[in-house]
Amino acid sequence: MSQPNQNSPFCKIFPTLLSALFLFTILASSPKTLFAQDAETSVIDSTLENLVPIPARPANVKAKDHVYDIGEKVDVSWELSPDDTTGLRNVVGYIISRRLDTASDFDSVGAVFSRIASLTDIGLTKGESYQYAVTAYTSAGAVSETSVSNSVTTEQEWFDGDKFWQVLLLVIIAGSVAYFIYHAKKGKPMFLRKIAGLQAVEEAIGRATEMGRPILFIPGIHDMDDVQTIAGMTILAKVAKQVAEYESRIFVPTRASLAMTAARETVREAYMTAGRIDAYRSDDIYYVTDEQFGYVAAVNGIMTRDKPATCFYLGAFFAESLILAETGNSIGAIQIAGTAMPAQLPFFVAACDYTLIGEELFAASAYLSEDPKQMGSLKGQDVGKVVAMAAILIGAVLATLGSEEGMNIETFNSAFHAFWGVFGGGE
Amino acid sequence: MKRTIPILITFITGGIIVLAEFIPPWAILREHVLIYFQIIAVFAFFLGGGSLLKINCQKVVRKREDWQFAIVTLVGFFIMLALGLFKMGNPEMVDLGFAADLNASGSWFKNVFDAVKAPLSASMYSLLAFFIASASYRAFRAKNSDATVLLVSAFIILLGQTFVGVVSTGWMPEWMSFFKVENLSLWLLAKANLAGQRAILIGIALGIISMSLRVILGIERTHLSGGDE
Repeated sequence: MSQPNQNSPFCKIFPTLLSALFLFTILASSPKTLFAQDAETSVIDSTLENLVPIPARPANVKAKDHVYDIGEKVDVSWELSPDDTTGLRNVVGYIISRRLDTASDFDSVGAVFSRIASLTDIGLTKGESYQYAVTAYTSAGAVSETSVSNSVTTEQEWFDGDKFWQVLLLVIIAGSVAYFIYHAKKGKPMFLRKIAGLQAVEEAIGRATEMGRPILFIPGIHDMDDVQTIAGMTILAKVAKQVAEYESRIFVPTRASLAMTAARETVREAYMTAGRIDAYRSDDIYYVTDEQFGYVAAVNGIMTRDKPATCFYLGAFFAESLILAETGNSIGAIQIAGTAMPAQLPFFVAACDYTLIGEELFAASAYLSEDPKQMGSLKGQDVGKVVAMAAILIGAVLATLGSEEGMNIETFNSAFHAFWGVFGGGE
Repeated sequence: MKRTIPILITFITGGIIVLAEFIPPWAILREHVLIYFQIIAVFAFFLGGGSLLKINCQKVVRKREDWQFAIVTLVGFFIMLALGLFKMGNPEMVDLGFAADLNASGSWFKNVFDAVKAPLSASMYSLLAFFIASASYRAFRAKNSDATVLLVSAFIILLGQTFVGVVSTGWMPEWMSFFKVENLSLWLLAKANLAGQRAILIGIALGIISMSLRVILGIERTHLSGGDE
């Protein structure tokens, strides 16, 4: 066919109009019209073919069941259109469509940009067979011919193989904890290093008793679904028992209603164990508000009004950590803090007398209980630390010998990547 | 018995949540367990709200210290409760009734929230700036060798963030670039500080595993209370 005169106004406007019309048909049409070759679209296509360059179709479309899922995903891959990175270079993306094996029409399930040759289709039904079609398209609205994949049936797996190494590490660490608990039950003596913050608990409660002032206990600002709050509650039980024995008084304002209920039960039990249930006051453990800074304002008010001699901050804390600890410092209270939020630890270290750093918070209840079974679990934790230290050491050596910045020895580089696959989460 | 049932529930739900991490079909169970928690928390909210009212009413009736603040709390509580429950002044009420969005633009609830609660929260948060200064003043006194290291590190990092700091070592030749204050500051943050943080994080992870095992296996049960075995 002869080429039209490039300078005529008609030739400038007509392709633009046709392109817009074609783009409109792609966006507005159902997948049926997109892939079906009826007479009308064939006419438009054949006209456009001469005006808008049609990209070559992507090849070798493959559909594969996604591994380690519940049978709801399929991985689709294809070879890029020859006009994507080379050739006409006019491909701007790919449209991916899907149909059930038993159906005749494809439904569009997504699109990706050019140079991308895969897509994971989600939300499928387990045990169904699917087929995929991929089409390249251009900014002018031209679409390539469609390439169709093989048929794939989704399957459900019962174990996430990507997490095999995590399971193994968990078994080693949890097994060590269980072994040392068993070991401790047999009455074998165990050495535990002293934790200054926990040794100061009794002294701090005694001081408050002597001064005739109350004790303030904040179990963090999270609810009972946070293990830090549970750790705080277990320490509260030990603190409350001593408070009951010393006939002192403890206030526990909470940010969560469920934490208040748990704290009340914990303190009541502690008073009962100490034989001082008559001194238990449920109103001293109360809910304040779920609003973070409203809670901080209320606790600061309690501090400045009641001037507790000892303040405990044990649980999950965020921006309020320093506001609370500095207010406690200003009233001259002994302060013992502990949290597993690394960003808040420096604030507590700066403003409190004693700080339980990270794991010490979780070790505290076992430490204070002096129960051999609980102390055994701390020993098991140490095995985990040995594994971590060995992994860091081996990883550092392999990275130094294998990386490009280091000695760049290929064998060590491969070994490092294999090692990273185990301890780096399989990525 | 009062403890056996909670321990059994903890063991089963804790076990499911751990295993669901590795068994894909069980992932949905984990989500269900978290929803159950939220349902229970809703019931506990009534206890919390009741406690709040009781404590503040007692303060007002017995005229305890600063009892006037308790009145503010009670008034605020009931106003927000009414505005929220009855969607008062909500422009969407006309069309949607009680299905209206609580935070619809122009609703009284949203207006009070934006005009009262948000500025009050921001005020409390802004106190942090002053507390950081006072805490830093105490923490950075060179009382011993550890505190001196802290002081020097803090000084370098502070200086590294300022124009003066960058200019002060800008004269250094390329081969001494590591000692430029902005590079030293970056090194302290990216190497020394990050290594310390990661060590703490590893300890925390192991602590959580140990603590969780104690709770799931029923060895740690103080938080359950409940009296008899």
